[in-house]
Amino acid sequence: MAAPTHVTNACVTARTTGECLHLNLCGHWKIIEPRPTFESLIGVQKPERLLISTDDLESWDGALVLFLVEVLRWAKEYGIVADLAQVPRQAREMAEGVLGASSLPKPPVPALGLATGVGLATVDVWRKTRDIATFIGECVFSASRLFRQPHHFRWNDCLAEMQKCGAMALPIVSLISLLVGLIMAYQAAVQLRQFGADIFVADLVGLAVVREMGPMMAAIIMAGRTGAAFAATLGNMKAGEEIDALETLGIAPLDFLVMPRLVALGIMMPLLTLYANLLGILGGMAVAKGVLEIPPAAYWVETQSIVDLSDLSTGLIKATVFGLLIGLSGCLRGLQADRSASGVGQAATSAVVTSILLIIVADALFAVVFNILGF
Amino acid sequence: MDNKTFSTTDAIEVKNLECGYEGRVVLRDVTFSVKRAEIFFIIGGSGCGKSTLLRHLVGLNRPTAGEVRFFGRSFMGADLESRRNLLKTFGVLYQSGALWSSLTLRENVALPLEEYTPLSKGDIHDLVTLKLAQVGLTGFDHYFPAEISGGMKKRAGLARALALDPSIVFFDEPSAGLDPITSREIDELVVQVRDALGTTCVVVSHELDSIFRIGDRLIMLDKAQQGVIAEGKPADLRDLSVDSRVSSFLRTDRERRAAPH
Repeated sequence: MAAPTHVTNACVTARTTGECLHLNLCGHWKIIEPRPTFESLIGVQKPERLLISTDDLESWDGALVLFLVEVLRWAKEYGIVADLAQVPRQAREMAEGVLGASSLPKPPVPALGLATGVGLATVDVWRKTRDIATFIGECVFSASRLFRQPHHFRWNDCLAEMQKCGAMALPIVSLISLLVGLIMAYQAAVQLRQFGADIFVADLVGLAVVREMGPMMAAIIMAGRTGAAFAATLGNMKAGEEIDALETLGIAPLDFLVMPRLVALGIMMPLLTLYANLLGILGGMAVAKGVLEIPPAAYWVETQSIVDLSDLSTGLIKATVFGLLIGLSGCLRGLQADRSASGVGQAATSAVVTSILLIIVADALFAVVFNILGF
Repeated sequence: MDNKTFSTTDAIEVKNLECGYEGRVVLRDVTFSVKRAEIFFIIGGSGCGKSTLLRHLVGLNRPTAGEVRFFGRSFMGADLESRRNLLKTFGVLYQSGALWSSLTLRENVALPLEEYTPLSKGDIHDLVTLKLAQVGLTGFDHYFPAEISGGMKKRAGLARALALDPSIVFFDEPSAGLDPITSREIDELVVQVRDALGTTCVVVSHELDSIFRIGDRLIMLDKAQQGVIAEGKPADLRDLSVDSRVSSFLRTDRERRAAPH
């Protein structure tokens, strides 16, 4: 057979001599181009011998190896002698390597009985609880060092964090608080108007925002925004050996990294809450004016008459505690992070989940405690 | 430097140290000592526990058994205060440089000085300028770590490790990921540090060039044996060791081909 003069694609010419099938591969065998499969070529034929030559092969890559793998598999299955002596040696060896490869056995994962599973889970819960307790205890020691030696505290880092978690959070806190005030006022207006009790919208919005929604919304925003950022930053620092570098210098990472963040959140949360309260009340005022035609001055007077200092301080106490909880969760998860990119991501997620969980639990406790105390 | 710390001959003594993580033992029965002003290499193939040993030596992980002494003083059994004092006597250059990313190079080098010395701001400023000049980073003091190259990060990390003029400096794979010229410069810095202040240098590495260029002595770790399989001078171990794992590790390809066995 004459060799094709200008071959671009992979092709095969077949010739039968007696009981021997001779396949000649020609053209460019490229993995990104179509190629004939051995199955389509051989059909149902069962020759005694198969000879493959590559006289007119112009170039080859993994496509040829795959073809040879198909040939070798077929030959093995039907016990037919495949003569690949004329095929490029490297391609032949690669194909044989593919067929000879076997996965290493993985060490068997021991099946856990119920008792073992429960036991391991208990040990794990105990270990996690101990880690959290140790972390909180160390934070207390670190705080006592801060009070004893305030000049040693990293005030610059603290101010930078206050800027990040306080001032830079104002736009999102404004928007959310205003909308929450609007929504509450609107819902209340629809109901209260039926009884001619329009003005009590101010009471409802004022109390709900100052006692509950202001601190809660500010805390949820901070958990998502700042708690996650703390965890990601500390996790990344751990992955980059920065925390190891602090430890080998004898500088407690808690003093250096955690306390400035905790103090910043502890100070900024009540301030953000005050701001959120104001915006929530303004939202209520806008609905009262727009929907119920209550003048803003009347709304403000009504709000002042119902919201007293104990309501305000209840909210602010909660806000401070929420801030500390968010800071603690974010820093703890960051310091516990695995030294990898996915570890940092998990730490951020876990920080947000932990913070929100703790905020809700703490809020429930506050509700009970303030009720008992008569606040 | 505290002269009382120089009462024994060896800078570091490690006895029967067992290292591991979460119940998995990586190294057992590690015993060796490092003399003062020596450039000492810890070598071995990937995954043999070199960095693990280093982390245990500098106190980042607690060994399950054994003892580490710096200048005759126990590190493992030390209380918080003496541990902090010991930590001041050594510096660590991490594989990635481990510079604090939120601080500039100047602030990075200044931090140990601010923490541990009663020096004035002006003195600290001058000292930091000197340290950065020593590692060839003059003028980069206001750069953040993210703004400089990998080799410069290592140099800056070294400047920080040297800030308190430590008696011992640990280097974790100082040449990893660096081109041959930068890697040679780092080697020269190691020698300079040792020659200038008599600092003991412990280097974790598997760079043959560095080992033969600057190493005084070494220990070799082995993954299968989970411990030290050789200790001695690099050239002696290469030429005289009967352990094929040691001699073949320390020979270049050309030497290996030329070797009779």
